[in-house]
Amino acid sequence: MKDKHLIELIDVSKLYGGDVALSHVDLYIKDGEFLTLLGPSGCGKTTMLRLIAGFIMPDEGRIEMDGVDIANTPPYLRKVNTVFQKYALFPHLNVADNIAFGLKLRSVEKNVIKEKVEAMLELVNLKGYGGRYVEQLSGGQQQRVAIARALVNEPQVLLLDEPLGALDLKLRKEMQVELKNMQQRLGITFIYVTHDQEEALTMSDTIVVLKDGVIQQIGTPTDIYNEPKNPFVADFIGESNIIPGIMLQDFKVRMNGVVYDCVDKGFGKNTEVDVVVRPEDIDIVPADGARVFGKAVSVVFMGVHYEVDVDCGGYEWIIQTTDFVERGQVVGISIPPDAIHIMKKTQQTNLFDAVAYPDDGEVEILDHRFACKGLEAFETKDDVLVAIAPVDVKLIPPEESELTGIVRACMFLGTHYEVTIGCGEEDWIAYSAEYMESGEEIGLFVPADKIAVSANEAN
Amino acid sequence: MKQTKTTKPKTATGMLIRRSVFAYPYVVWMAIFILAPMLLILYYAFTSDGAVTLENIVRASSWDNLRVLADSVRFALYTTLLCLLLGFPVAYLLSQMKKTTAALLSVFFIVPMWMNFLLRTYAWKVLLSAFTNMLYTESAVLLGMVYNFLPFMILPIYTTLIKLDKSYIEAAADLGANPRKTFLKVVLPLSMPGVISGVTMVFIPSTTTFAISQLLGGGKTMLYGDLIYMKVITEQSWDTGSALSIILLAFVLVSMTFMKKAERKTSDEGGGRLW
Repeated sequence: MKDKHLIELIDVSKLYGGDVALSHVDLYIKDGEFLTLLGPSGCGKTTMLRLIAGFIMPDEGRIEMDGVDIANTPPYLRKVNTVFQKYALFPHLNVADNIAFGLKLRSVEKNVIKEKVEAMLELVNLKGYGGRYVEQLSGGQQQRVAIARALVNEPQVLLLDEPLGALDLKLRKEMQVELKNMQQRLGITFIYVTHDQEEALTMSDTIVVLKDGVIQQIGTPTDIYNEPKNPFVADFIGESNIIPGIMLQDFKVRMNGVVYDCVDKGFGKNTEVDVVVRPEDIDIVPADGARVFGKAVSVVFMGVHYEVDVDCGGYEWIIQTTDFVERGQVVGISIPPDAIHIMKKTQQTNLFDAVAYPDDGEVEILDHRFACKGLEAFETKDDVLVAIAPVDVKLIPPEESELTGIVRACMFLGTHYEVTIGCGEEDWIAYSAEYMESGEEIGLFVPADKIAVSANEAN
Repeated sequence: MKQTKTTKPKTATGMLIRRSVFAYPYVVWMAIFILAPMLLILYYAFTSDGAVTLENIVRASSWDNLRVLADSVRFALYTTLLCLLLGFPVAYLLSQMKKTTAALLSVFFIVPMWMNFLLRTYAWKVLLSAFTNMLYTESAVLLGMVYNFLPFMILPIYTTLIKLDKSYIEAAADLGANPRKTFLKVVLPLSMPGVISGVTMVFIPSTTTFAISQLLGGGKTMLYGDLIYMKVITEQSWDTGSALSIILLAFVLVSMTFMKKAERKTSDEGGGRLW
């Protein structure tokens, strides 16, 4: 792999009707690498791919290819080709004409086209299928035609938008291997969009994890898996135990009242952190003499291993083990130092623009009045900034609340769930003891003394 | 107790109405107003004084009459071509607009269709005589026909175009096709089912037009429909009129078969559905 930066996104932002799809993204893609854009739906990964393909233009920032800004170049002048999510094969053309489409536009000689199409059909294992129409092919075959149609143009970059999403599991696994082989053989840069973390880990040289239009982490599959930068990445990539902890000093961390040895340093003394432990890194040991033990509350056979939930008083560890454990059995657990991954605590605060009404003792946040203290310093209708800690946001039944929102995401953080609630244009972060379904309606309430008001200096 | 036991299944079967029952009113309607007249036309066309004969058909196939048929077909072809040339761009532009704007604009095409076409043709007669000297020419007849049939061309093409998956257009651009090439190589071929549907819906009815040519052509342009009208209504010659109708019917059926074939071919290639 060469180290040349083939494509570079510099401070790129894209809005869709006021909603942020991508926010100030910086990313470079090296020549010849297999880069995967990974994230849940709506994270901006497809937007990023469509920006590189040229179907949409960024609202801000530059997209450079070979050092030239192509942000406003139309797609038909770019040296990239796309494999579309639903293939978008032309129904009025047969397989050979579909593949030849790009070559014919560049007025390549007829016999050359024929040769190249034949070669492509062979490459994707569809020899002899040239005369068939698209609807006569299976999903897997259509997939191959889509790849051949893009690759025949010898693009510098191949963009793939969840190309295996429509295939069944077995075929998907086969195609993953085939795609990776093809990429290595041809030496073309692949930019691959998927929401499937396993697919990303198997195929990529580099993974870019996205959430809400912001890059969370860029790294090799091993980096991303072993050293997730924040709870979101840890939770999204594979299963994990995420536990709040305190870094007592270098190489010592306390979780749930127990001090563990670890291999991380440089967090300072007595610092609050989040700790990630992968389920397969935890060993089950005899309860006698174990420092930590608990009751196995659930045992599920997963094929190669068992997934065991062990309740150690207040925290349930998810453990993957090949040893059989009886449900209800008391077992000890042991966590080797190198299995403990320390992450900086991500402090989330709800920050909103608001309008002060000191006479009523209220602030107006998102068109809703909240009782609030500490408004003496402000005039009526002053623009203010309010900060509310997630822990102070009380979730109540929607019928009892004036302000309601829809649950957008719910992530387990060891002792509690972090819930993202969409209320109109703004998202609220709140903590909850229980899991909440996405799409559920929920009411919000904040006690008057928990709203911190400050002058809004932006205005 | 006993009564409920026996009545229950009875009412249940009594309430059971087969769904086909709902079609009966229309079947009756069809029998009286479509099938019966057809049979009458067949009867008049192939009998003379109660005896079966081909004489009426032979008489109706005179050169003069066939020339009128050829004229009608010529007019229908001109109308279809003009409707296509005018209608396709309109349908394409509508399909490129925002849904709400397109819906608003298509009202302009649909609202006139709520009015009887004779009324609209009378309006043209007034307009043409007041502002031009076109009235009672072939051009006036053509204008009237294009005006009346244009919506039938626009709507099926528009429907096909808005159903066209945008990813085909993106794929073409991605493979190096500029907007013109994309249109020629992807949009146009994929809109063929709509075009064929539109052509069918304009060509067939315009072959059988009659009133427009009378109103705007002033009797100078004789179309096949006018010929049948003249034979049946003016000359009260039901035999010849019926025979002429049979010839027209045969012609229409043959053209329909060709259109169907073309339609099947394009939709075999997956171009999408009509309407």
